Amino acid sequence: MDVGIVSYGAYIPRYRIKPEEIGRMWGVDGKGMGKGLMIFQKSVPGIDEDVITISTEAARYMMARVPWVNPKEIGALYVGSESHPYAVKPTATIVSEAIEATPALTAADLEFACKAGTAGMQACMGMVASNMIKYGVAIGADTAQGAPGDALEFSASAGGAAFLIGSEKIIAKINKTLSFTTDTPDFWRREGQPYPLHGGRFTGDPAYFKHITSAGKMLLKEMGTTPKDYKYAIFHQPNGKFPTRVAGMLGFEQEQIDTGLLTPNIGNTYSGAVPLGLAAVLDKASPGDRIFITSYGSGAGSDAFDITVTDEIKNYQKNNAPTVEKVMENPVYVDYGLYTKFRGMIVMPGG
Amino acid sequence: MSSVARAWREFPGKYNLEGTKCENCGTIFFPKRDFCPKCRREGIGKMQKYKIQREGEVFSFSVIYEAPACNSALKPYAVAMVRTKDGVLVSGQLVDVELDKIVIGMPVRAVLRKLDEDGAAGVIHYGFKFTPIK
Repeated sequence: MDVGIVSYGAYIPRYRIKPEEIGRMWGVDGKGMGKGLMIFQKSVPGIDEDVITISTEAARYMMARVPWVNPKEIGALYVGSESHPYAVKPTATIVSEAIEATPALTAADLEFACKAGTAGMQACMGMVASNMIKYGVAIGADTAQGAPGDALEFSASAGGAAFLIGSEKIIAKINKTLSFTTDTPDFWRREGQPYPLHGGRFTGDPAYFKHITSAGKMLLKEMGTTPKDYKYAIFHQPNGKFPTRVAGMLGFEQEQIDTGLLTPNIGNTYSGAVPLGLAAVLDKASPGDRIFITSYGSGAGSDAFDITVTDEIKNYQKNNAPTVEKVMENPVYVDYGLYTKFRGMIVMPGG
Repeated sequence: MSSVARAWREFPGKYNLEGTKCENCGTIFFPKRDFCPKCRREGIGKMQKYKIQREGEVFSFSVIYEAPACNSALKPYAVAMVRTKDGVLVSGQLVDVELDKIVIGMPVRAVLRKLDEDGAAGVIHYGFKFTPIK
């Protein structure tokens, strides 16, 4: 049985802040910081937006493109995020209710730093392939936290994408997925803590680069392919620099990663990053295009996917929802004061 | 703290604009009603669930400068009466819009947003607001 993506939807809040504005606040060269990270602006959630609203919007766009799918046939819904609004009370139940998939389904929240969205895709794929469910929904979304003044504040942003996984009318077949996982404490956030901590440069070589290159090489070996066999490649994008470098390490060219590289314009959407990159690629992809994906989640692990776009994408009602490019249009820039208000960083009476 | 049970009963309306329709006279009600005030006893037992269309246009609007405590961080903000595609008037907040660009007849659609929360430890209330159609 072929299993793959039946539909997808993407959502990014409209607000943006520039690194020079964050730098102005903390007395550092924000523009230089942005240049170093290859992040020229990042998305900011509106004051009434969180992972639940972002996931719902992405999932509703996903459903709008497949009006022939009855939401009651969705058998599983997973939301991967590290910024679930509740510590206890699932995001997934609210999103399930909002797309009218309840009550005959299993639902859960996943967390694996920046790769919980792709972990959900793997779970859905397994359940569809084993005939446990007809459709599964995997969502990766975040309103990522970065401590004020920390390097992460220049990148941590908001957005998400939803994927309907099934075996009928698939627009992209998942040929293979595998993962590479170790215990690597490069980035973490303890229970009750508002901001994560990270190991600085330790987040690079032994963490991001080791896991992505290992999972990527394992996938190329198992599939008997080379980077030249893929039209597009998407890597986790905590900034613009890392995915560009890791693509080179694996032998991919810049033009293979350009379409799915959104971080320079929206920042690091954490669990939403690779799913949004994949949505941007599917917006442009044609039948037969092969896509190479490797996500990364601190802690640490990488999920790699080999995907082929099918002829079904020609019949797919893509225009029923906005493309990633359209979603990113007409941003509204905010200053640091509004940013802190939107992010709920101002302590209010009784709060 | 508001009633969790009451909020829960309102989820279908708040999330998915579920109202009711009187199968006797065809009138649509939102929020839902259990009894048709037009048909009275002839409408008893004939009220069916009816999902209002999520898209519509601004019928009228107002910009709020003095807000209740739950919305004080949002001000100034706009509220609108929206005529949905199936002709029902629904009121809600307008978001992601420049206040000076709102016009009567503007196409909008309902999205899910945070409405309020019962303090830092209580439940978060979600429901529809309207945003311009891209």
